[in-house]
Amino acid sequence: MIVIGERINGMFKKVREAIANKDAEFIKDLAIRQVNAGANILDINVGTASTDHTADMIWLVNAVQSVVSVTLSIDSARHEPLEAGLAAIKGKRMLNSTTGKEVDLAKLLPMAKKYNASIIGLTIDEEGVPATVDKRVEIAAKIVAGAMDQGIPVTDLYIDPITLPINCAQDQPEKMFAALSQFRMLSDPAPHTTIGLSNISQRLQEHQLLNRTFLVMCMAYGLDSAIIDPLDEELMKAVVTADMILNKFIYADSFLESYRRKV
Amino acid sequence: MNIPEVKESYGGRINNVFIGATSAEGGSRSKAVKVGGHTTVPFLKYEGETFPPAFALEVPDLPPDPGEWPDALVEPYRDVLNDPVAWAKKAEQEYGADMICIRLLSIHPDRGNASAAKAKETVLAIRDAVKVPLIIWGCDDDPRDNEVLPVISQALAGEKCLFGMASQDNYKTLVASCLADGHSLLGLSPLDINIAKQVNILVSDMGLPADRIVMYPTTGALGYGMEYTYSIMERGRLAALAGDKMLAMPVFCVVGPESWKAKEAKAAETEFPQWGSATERGILWEAVTATALLQAGADILLMRHPKAMEIARATLRDLTAAKA
Repeated sequence: MIVIGERINGMFKKVREAIANKDAEFIKDLAIRQVNAGANILDINVGTASTDHTADMIWLVNAVQSVVSVTLSIDSARHEPLEAGLAAIKGKRMLNSTTGKEVDLAKLLPMAKKYNASIIGLTIDEEGVPATVDKRVEIAAKIVAGAMDQGIPVTDLYIDPITLPINCAQDQPEKMFAALSQFRMLSDPAPHTTIGLSNISQRLQEHQLLNRTFLVMCMAYGLDSAIIDPLDEELMKAVVTADMILNKFIYADSFLESYRRKV
Repeated sequence: MNIPEVKESYGGRINNVFIGATSAEGGSRSKAVKVGGHTTVPFLKYEGETFPPAFALEVPDLPPDPGEWPDALVEPYRDVLNDPVAWAKKAEQEYGADMICIRLLSIHPDRGNASAAKAKETVLAIRDAVKVPLIIWGCDDDPRDNEVLPVISQALAGEKCLFGMASQDNYKTLVASCLADGHSLLGLSPLDINIAKQVNILVSDMGLPADRIVMYPTTGALGYGMEYTYSIMERGRLAALAGDKMLAMPVFCVVGPESWKAKEAKAAETEFPQWGSATERGILWEAVTATALLQAGADILLMRHPKAMEIARATLRDLTAAKA
């Protein structure tokens, strides 16, 4: 599974402070630790308390790319810092995210194309968060079609079926699983899929247990990437083990240590 | 009508392993033999890079047991049966082996229990008599191998030989010797891909670079497990091409010894007259095992009969010939 590291996010207190104090060493260390733990992509989000989203985004990107060379994902709801972040990246880029709304697709698909970025597409539209499998698949199909129109390869698309906290909508995970299976049939090759894992346990008890159980269940339905905390060791072990159970790599007695050393 | 592109593109590759060191590299071989390096499945040159395997001839350090070497097999070596040095020379010069594989049978407790010093004497004499790279295979008795192989390894330091066998339960001694003396290592597993991978992990964990490991997943001859060997080699190769670095090693196939164990290869014409010529039978049993395993991705084929080796080489030429 492709791991997108979520820790460089201004919503976390220490990151917020590092951004405010321009503590680059803290950010660099966090980037290195996530990559060493197995992150394939690093998500970068300035958080809501930032006083200058664009400047802070550029600062974060520069700090991170000075120490790691993985794909960087720019995570912002505002188009100016989003574009500035993408422009500042020297290596591979990801745009986090667009929805299925016309106004978003019209602006953000061309932006992804312009910066040769892969793009996360949330299955939300003008009517809001979908409650059914069909609605999710419909929005996903719209995003896939839009990407194809723009000449964005389908393999650069990451469709997100929207994860809500489990206490909000306990009937939704089942719908997500069905949607994940169906996303794989939208095209050949199929788009990637992703989720913002921490959403499932936001403000609830047993975060880590909830997160890793839900993630493994999604992987069984074909989820091939996720925005997660790679520093959660039990979570990463579950990811590696689930990949092995899905026959992504051959079992050996030392499969866990071997995976850890590979990264 | 547009024919869809069918070429696969793999993210992984098989490691290159170099066996044998020239004088420029601190050894005394005329040249090194390279095995591995493929970026696709065997022989699909239109899809990626594939490289030819090497053929090694077996040189036992004891006169062969007639029960194991029938007349048809003894014939090409009749004048050198009691002289491993002359045998090795014949294998290199007359039969064109790319490498010599010395079997240290004499050190086995049941076959004479020869001393390390005696075994070393034979090995060094062979080293001086031939110019091709050397494979040294112990007697498969762990305590004796652990006692003798380090001595041989040290004596051949700098020659970049290939030493076997290291297994899941007995690898530390051989790995230490290969590390100290610059050799590569054969990792043995019992027709089990998970153990094959584990052996590679254990050996790598001790610090031996991945490109100094060759896998020996155990060979079954035609009629005696060849398909199982084939499917394990195929699975390992596909995993390596998909990026699994702990299966990206070249593969050693013990074609000669296994084929000639078969009743169909060994039986005298008087026992089974309906089976026809004993000589042809034996040679073909070995040749067919070899050619099947070529297609499974064999990188080093340990052969016995020079005619079987010739047939395998001819098949290899056919499989790699440029389009007419």
